[in-house]
Amino acid sequence: MTISENSGSLRGRRWFDALTHSAGREGPAPSLQVAEVNIAGQHCYVLLVKPEPENVFPRARAGEVGLLEGWGIAQAIDSIIEANTQAMAKPAVIAVVDVPSQAYGRREEALGIHQSLAAAVSAYARARLAGHPIVSLLVGKAMSGGFLAHGYQANRILALGDEGVQVHAMGKAAAARITLRTEEELDQLASEIPPMAYDLENYASLGMLDALIEVSSADSPDDQDVERVKGEIAHAVSDIKPGDVSLRRRLAGTNRKASRLVREMMRAQWDA
Amino acid sequence: MSSSQSKGFVDLSARKRVEILLDRGSMHELLSPFDKVTSPWLEKQGIVPQFDDGVVVAKGTIGAKSTVIAAIEGSFQGGSLGEVGGAKIAGLLELALEENKKGNPTAAVLLLESGGVRLQEANLGLGAIAEIQAGIVELRTYQPVVGVITGPVGCFGGMSIAAGLCSYLIMTREGRLGLNGPQVIEQEAGIDEYDSRNRDLIWGLTGGTQRFATGLADVLVDDDVDAMCKAVQGCLAKGVPAHHRSDEILGSLENLLKVDTSKQITADVAYQILTGVAKNDDK
Repeated sequence: MTISENSGSLRGRRWFDALTHSAGREGPAPSLQVAEVNIAGQHCYVLLVKPEPENVFPRARAGEVGLLEGWGIAQAIDSIIEANTQAMAKPAVIAVVDVPSQAYGRREEALGIHQSLAAAVSAYARARLAGHPIVSLLVGKAMSGGFLAHGYQANRILALGDEGVQVHAMGKAAAARITLRTEEELDQLASEIPPMAYDLENYASLGMLDALIEVSSADSPDDQDVERVKGEIAHAVSDIKPGDVSLRRRLAGTNRKASRLVREMMRAQWDA
Repeated sequence: MSSSQSKGFVDLSARKRVEILLDRGSMHELLSPFDKVTSPWLEKQGIVPQFDDGVVVAKGTIGAKSTVIAAIEGSFQGGSLGEVGGAKIAGLLELALEENKKGNPTAAVLLLESGGVRLQEANLGLGAIAEIQAGIVELRTYQPVVGVITGPVGCFGGMSIAAGLCSYLIMTREGRLGLNGPQVIEQEAGIDEYDSRNRDLIWGLTGGTQRFATGLADVLVDDDVDAMCKAVQGCLAKGVPAHHRSDEILGSLENLLKVDTSKQITADVAYQILTGVAKNDDK
């Protein structure tokens, strides 16, 4: 990454601006950007959680999903659902994902950050169930509670093929501290245990990734990169057929055998 | 129903909790330990897997109504969710959903003693939790999904978000509910932000009493089997709420935008912010 961890990553902002021709406006919280745009022929709302150095909650200044972000995402999506209750074709919602984590802090726990993130999860899930195609575009980190709240309820998950794009339950540095291992030891373990890995190739083997998009630069995309990504987003949106509202397709991954077996056996025993 | 002698709920195993909450004789466990579907990932990391992967799922009846119930065993790997345990809960919610769509009303009760994602199965735990959350949001449009947090582990990580999605949440004083565990916060934000050994601070902010007082839980119940059975039945009897807590967006956001973050927060200040009512500090 070119950007230091303290000030937060700029990737999300750059891709959001590129995809929306800088048509974003501030969402229900200063750290949120929302735009309504046409992406390669598809009517889309684009949502971003971005670093906000002036965030009144100091533990959520580097792009983390905190109290304001969770409820804010929920409100932004709720108003999209509300505005389109009568629409025949529901506009898509595109989550641009570059979230280092959820916010870690005392105020956050005291004021119910879990409930705030639940609001965001609920809003994305309700939008999906209402027929809005939901597509997540991972351009940087997609970590833990941050990703659950912003992106993981999508019908389709796309990612830039870049080593700065990582999906995990806990950031590598924090995971190393908590498990009393070095980051190198975590990498070693990850090379044998696919769900432990941070890289996208292993993540794709779990079945949750729908497309890996190669770009010349994930940090400063050129026009061709942007066009390619727009094309992939539009393709994903048009691939989501009416009634295709579940997350079932994620079960097809080569490294998700147990997830399928559990469901098959439970189904067989359900009426037994 | 259980016998009427007073008995604690918190000390019971996950399987016993399920048996006691369901109508007597109605428990039909799915994927029991005899099926021996264990975690495919733990042994490679030197951890002995458990035959039920620390999650008990069953269907049965509560008050003669069809209900599915899942219980996480807090004593196995801290109630953490891996691939198998996560798939059991998600799969259970998916089967209940199908029943509802077929016209057979089926509610759900989730006993959430969980540290969140099992780090040894990281991305499969996280992915499963996303599917559990999707399952709750869809199922709760048909029938109530009741969450229960009793302790001793408490409910953290992605499963605390799942708790926030439930139609109703029941807690005991021994239960805790929070997104991040105290040690992780201390590690990431420093001891001045959160002292993980300060019991009073942590229980004051995240314990069942405070969560109930501030509206983040619906029922506070004694650690007693009969009281718990009554509380669960009471929530199920209320049916689907007109508004789920997770969707009460406007007031929540307005409140938080006004918070004075120039100083740290106490349980009383949190109470005031979340309820709009001042609380006198009479300690």
